[in-house]
Amino acid sequence: MARTVSTRRKLLVTALAWAIGLLIFFPILWTILTSFKTEGEAIALPPKFLFFDWTLENYGIVQERSDYLRFAMNSIMLALGSTFFALVIAIPSAWAMAFAPGRRTKDLLMWMLSTKMMPPVGALVPIYLIFRDFGLLDTRGGIITVLMLLNLPIIIWMLYTYFKEIPGEILEASRMDGASLGKELLYVLTPMAIPGIASTLLLNIILAWNEAFWTLSLTTKDAAPLTQFIASYSSPEGLFWAKLSAASTMAIAPILVLGWFAQKQLVRGLTFGAVK
Amino acid sequence: MGTISLIKARKAFGDAVIIPGADLDIKDGEFVVFVGPSGCGKSTLLRMIAGLEDLTSGAIHIDGKDMTNEAPSKRGLSMVFQSYALYPHMSVRGNISFGLKMAGLPKAEIDAKVAKAASTLNLTEYLDRKPRQLSGGQRQRVAIGRAIVRNPEGFLFDEPLSNLDAALRVNMRLEIMQMHKDLGATMIYVTHDQVEAMTMADRIVVLNRGVIEQVGSPLELYNRPDSLFVAGFIGSPKMNLIQGSEAKKFDATTIGIRPEHLAISEKAGTWTAKIRLAEHLGADTFLHVDAGPCGMMTVRAEGEYDATADAKIFLTPEPSRIHRFDKDGKAIRK
Repeated sequence: MARTVSTRRKLLVTALAWAIGLLIFFPILWTILTSFKTEGEAIALPPKFLFFDWTLENYGIVQERSDYLRFAMNSIMLALGSTFFALVIAIPSAWAMAFAPGRRTKDLLMWMLSTKMMPPVGALVPIYLIFRDFGLLDTRGGIITVLMLLNLPIIIWMLYTYFKEIPGEILEASRMDGASLGKELLYVLTPMAIPGIASTLLLNIILAWNEAFWTLSLTTKDAAPLTQFIASYSSPEGLFWAKLSAASTMAIAPILVLGWFAQKQLVRGLTFGAVK
Repeated sequence: MGTISLIKARKAFGDAVIIPGADLDIKDGEFVVFVGPSGCGKSTLLRMIAGLEDLTSGAIHIDGKDMTNEAPSKRGLSMVFQSYALYPHMSVRGNISFGLKMAGLPKAEIDAKVAKAASTLNLTEYLDRKPRQLSGGQRQRVAIGRAIVRNPEGFLFDEPLSNLDAALRVNMRLEIMQMHKDLGATMIYVTHDQVEAMTMADRIVVLNRGVIEQVGSPLELYNRPDSLFVAGFIGSPKMNLIQGSEAKKFDATTIGIRPEHLAISEKAGTWTAKIRLAEHLGADTFLHVDAGPCGMMTVRAEGEYDATADAKIFLTPEPSRIHRFDKDGKAIRK
């Protein structure tokens, strides 16, 4: 029997949900609004919410002053590239851990997760030096490698949990049918895990897109993604809130749109296996 | 030819020994059933033959050739899994043809073989459906179709019917037996259901804790069990096992008598018993009785037996049907 919920209670819960949603969304909304103000209005006190002179001039200036498309292209390359290589490594790794576990598999998984507990700044100097000596600074290849390694533990963990849900007998059946290991992964495991792989892929693209610490530290121009594009408006001439907001809006717009369309897939992926 | 031989086949995970060492010869075209309680190692043994589990030591010969370290698909065996293990993202056609595709057969040949298998199994109209759109029985058929299409030397069945409901199970049992007759291929069938074992097998292999207790035809096992374990496992309802002074009279630690080998009388007999419960099946009546020094016993009465609770009856065992066992549970034979 379904629990009966009174109309009043329903209204209250709905209002609360909207309030929390708005609270979380507010900074993004404010950034977007600010991007349409003049610099003067952007810092006006008390702040103006909707009633100001809407203007597109910030976007014009930002586009004129820096090459948005080049930064965006780098962001796309870094996000897609790091995700692709991470999946290529993570799918076989997660397969091994889920279907051919050894005595140390659980420890290995914990250890991988523990690398995420170290503050990235702790690894900055060694990685910077390695990049400098190997000429990887400000190269797409170098950043893709770092971003891939950065998110690999999370990707392997996510895939591992999805793969655990797949009955091992199906893979064994494919082995009886004569599928080699590669074909087993390609024709049987991967298609069955598509929902899980898709949400892992989406999440990783978002993480890689928004990653700022390493991209800001290791790129300057050639491989600089949109995080650099935003950062370039916070210095050195002082803060220009409206232009910074315009740049931020342009930087997050693509990923926001992607997230919007993929939210069903994301939610399904993150709760996969929780309810049968 | 599809002979299968196990030579001291052993399986252990670290210190945990699953199969201490099994020796078995299976003849070409034979229908062999591995039976035993859950956890007895019967599925492990089957998976070792299939190549899905490595042997710790020992060897497996198929068709006279040493296949101990050969890949599963190279052994010429097909397997039907308990969960069917169909590829959920492929159509029925895709499922049945997957093995042939992996073998690299030309498309026309694959199509012909799939069509033939589908028509044998009444699956032709379902070829383009996905497994989730099929009933349990149809899924089972697809799993069998996937196995027969490769035309293997032998079939391995791992409790294939345990997910089906009772009525369907009897039908599929007959179909598998018919298939064995038609194809003449060697079949190894794992089950925990001794009725399936009795009805289907040419030979039954009874396993207990990884050890082969006895190998024999269904009636050999029924009539001449080698051990207490086999005596208790084969036959339904179970054999009555009696210990103590009553067994001593027969020079044994334990004696066994099947419910159907006890004569019932209301006047006189070897043992006196009180009826506690009666199960009426129509054709038979099973009486659960308290036979004093012999303990609780089950007795089969033919037809409808008018049993009143606590009524006193007399039981007489058929002398030739009494099984005697020593203190180690081994049969005593004269």
